[in-house]
Amino acid sequence: MDIEADRVAMPPARAADTVGGTSVYRHRLPVRLMHWINVVCMTILLGSGLNIFNAHPTLYWGHDSVTGTPWLSIRGENTPAGPVGKTRLGSTDFDTTGVLGVSKVNGDMTSRGFPSWATIPGAQWLAMARNWHLFFAWLFVVNGVLYVLYTVFSKHLVRDLIPTREELRNIGHSIVDHIKFKHPTGAAATRYNVLQSLAYLIVIFVLLPLIVFAGMALSPRLDTVFTGWVDLLGGRQSARSLHFLAAAGLLLFVFIHVFQVIVAGVWNEMRSMITGWYKVPADRPAVEEVRP
Amino acid sequence: MTKTYTLMRARQRDRRHLLRAAFAAAGAAALTGCDKLSNNEAFVDTLKSAQRLSLAAANVVAPKGAMAQEFGQADVAPVFRSNGTLSPMDADYVALRNAAFAGYKLQVGGLVEKPAEYTLDALKAMPSRTQITRHDCVEGWSCIGKWTGVQLGAILDMVQPKPEAKFVLFRCYDSMDGPSLDERDSRYYESIDLSEARHAQTILAYDLNDKALPVSNGAPLRCRVERQLGYKQAKYIRSIELVSDFSKIRGGKGGYWEDEGYEWYGGI
Repeated sequence: MDIEADRVAMPPARAADTVGGTSVYRHRLPVRLMHWINVVCMTILLGSGLNIFNAHPTLYWGHDSVTGTPWLSIRGENTPAGPVGKTRLGSTDFDTTGVLGVSKVNGDMTSRGFPSWATIPGAQWLAMARNWHLFFAWLFVVNGVLYVLYTVFSKHLVRDLIPTREELRNIGHSIVDHIKFKHPTGAAATRYNVLQSLAYLIVIFVLLPLIVFAGMALSPRLDTVFTGWVDLLGGRQSARSLHFLAAAGLLLFVFIHVFQVIVAGVWNEMRSMITGWYKVPADRPAVEEVRP
Repeated sequence: MTKTYTLMRARQRDRRHLLRAAFAAAGAAALTGCDKLSNNEAFVDTLKSAQRLSLAAANVVAPKGAMAQEFGQADVAPVFRSNGTLSPMDADYVALRNAAFAGYKLQVGGLVEKPAEYTLDALKAMPSRTQITRHDCVEGWSCIGKWTGVQLGAILDMVQPKPEAKFVLFRCYDSMDGPSLDERDSRYYESIDLSEARHAQTILAYDLNDKALPVSNGAPLRCRVERQLGYKQAKYIRSIELVSDFSKIRGGKGGYWEDEGYEWYGGI
């Protein structure tokens, strides 16, 4: 949930000199601060968002939910064998009892979209979930705007985030390295690799604006800023779907991000995002070490 | 070599388990913390302050007179979804309904120069506005319907609000906790500010989809406040009162759902 691991840009000569085993100051304070604010915001926005979703656990394409086309629906059903949770994706039903549709609340199987452990607050409480969501949405947007301004004015965007033409040409190597879980060492570890850059750029300039605008489209008042602008997203129910899908995309990013942090060395990565200092991994010996 | 490898794996597995347990514990603690904070009044007030910020921001980016989107006849849903009260059981309402609302009178009073009463026929004889708009429920669903009614602004012009009047309060027939003869305070009520009340699309609707408003949608008269969520659209309107503040009325939050914790400003 980082939007970001900001590396201190180093002049090429110094970067090339960086050898494994030394420590570099990789993330500057504003980026570390904004990163952790983001962690808090996104956790609360996701939890409260799922609680809000539960108030009407169906998503549609179109303007309204009567004539719109439902594509995702989570519901609970009472059967002779007991309550069953069902999730319909497109026209296919999945039995999701225990997690989606029907899950345990204080020990009792209860009909609800997402389970209690995933929502803020844990109880089905739309008014309170909205309070949480709409407060942290402000913090999230302010933090995000400050971040984008920072990346632009500190030249972090141009220097570190946008891949060079050469990096783009070598994208094949990067993909192979990722599949082999081969992590860069030495000087290469102080730069974003190309897949990482692209993932960050998609998150920052596609998913985040989409989730914000689709969220704003859900507000009947903000719909009037330019009357009819919600049609650009396909209508309000489509906007609700896009808001949800963008959140799912961000969650996928977070899973991959956290996974990478763990694989790359959780203590070193965490230290670098807390104190800024990162220990550059030693250059790989000629013979591949055994990697599980 | 194999032994070292196994040891390494075991250590990594332990570390992974430890991490996973730590994350799970931190997550559970955070969620419990959120639940505790949800019951802390000062904290919830802080959370709610963001919605007042949202209203202020909306007033900056969306002009006060900005219009809600209107749709075409083809967009109208075949049946308009009903929510909340479907058919009030209150005796006074039942009597009116049984007489096809012939005896219905809308009372408009409070902080006005000229209190007035309007029969349904009198309202229908006034200039009307018809609008096809999208109704957005706080729960997340939407429905498009065609509404015809009198602009609330026109009524206000006739009754002339006093300078100290700030809000238009709608008192409704339906008791949310079921009818009770001795205690009437669970009847639905709502309030909007004067600027919202005078907006061109704020109407007292008596027709839905070219037919008399059905009971399930608020017959004989309901409010349409097109730039706010569904709970602001009072159904079964009994009377309208202009007030300078609503802190002494019922729960003091300006509406039935507001007293239950929903925000007074329903535009977000």
